[in-house]
Amino acid sequence: MIELYILLIFMIIGAIIAIEVKDLLSSVIAVGAVGLGLSIVFLILKAPDVAITQLVVEILCLIILIRATLKKDIPFSTSGRWFLNTLITLGFIIIFLTVAIKSLSDLPEFGYPMMRVAKTYLREGLAKTGASNIVASVILDFRAYDTLGEATILFTAVIGVLTIVRRIGRKKENQQIEEEDE
Amino acid sequence: MSKEHEKGMSLIVKTITRLTVGLILLYGIYIVFHGHVSPGGGFAGGVIIALSFIHLMLAYGREVAFRKLSKATASVFENLGAILFLIIALLGFAGGYFFLNFISKGEPFRLFSAGIIPLCNIAISLKVGAGLFAIFVALVLLRLDGESKK
Repeated sequence: MIELYILLIFMIIGAIIAIEVKDLLSSVIAVGAVGLGLSIVFLILKAPDVAITQLVVEILCLIILIRATLKKDIPFSTSGRWFLNTLITLGFIIIFLTVAIKSLSDLPEFGYPMMRVAKTYLREGLAKTGASNIVASVILDFRAYDTLGEATILFTAVIGVLTIVRRIGRKKENQQIEEEDE
Repeated sequence: MSKEHEKGMSLIVKTITRLTVGLILLYGIYIVFHGHVSPGGGFAGGVIIALSFIHLMLAYGREVAFRKLSKATASVFENLGAILFLIIALLGFAGGYFFLNFISKGEPFRLFSAGIIPLCNIAISLKVGAGLFAIFVALVLLRLDGESKK
């Protein structure tokens, strides 16, 4: 248990360094260290599936972030209509809270049917699906709808990235930047 | 700087990449196919497969990587994975409901077991691998274009 707390402190320190350090590359590497600590935490908590996924996604994110931050600083646009933005954010928070209070009052009491669904999965997972990896049987059989939603999210993300950075949409912006530089 | 990047990294990096990139790809395929038996699964395996191609692109430059897996092929694979996953889900209607495990379960702890779960893993790995590679390629091409303009 003590190693868990050591890793937790390491991750918190890494996150604070990532926020506070001025150099962008150092910040990215600090974020990577936090992700590595998190994957080791998953391994200690006996969740190797999540640990593998966390590790490989962390590596991929690190490569993309380093490629994106090595050359020039990313411009931040914090000025402008901060009052309107804050107002819209507050409005949405209030709407979500109202809807959540209404809908959460219909749910069963917190922790009342203690682990009923999870117990069923653990008991009948192997017999019902034939998959000896219980995680695979949950994400691809019992909860396949969730996985379908995840796949849709990734699909939308790829479409969004390809749409934003495609050549047609970029040309005008580059010309404008050049004009400003000249 | 940009010219060096187009040609790739140094000879040491290229040699090590040539030796290891096949093993990384093979490990990703292993993780995908054994997703229902051991830890791993379609998502992690797909990311490892994408990482092997990104490894190739970082070490050798984009021309070599595009010869192995071009941008058009990547997007075809991504759509193929998504459609395959949906088709597997819809085929469940033949026996009753969405995502029905309609293939026989087989013997546990074997490679060919668990019905549709390995097939779903393969579909997701195609989707994730090709999708993440496409995102990486899009961001890298954006960088290179911006540099050449300057």
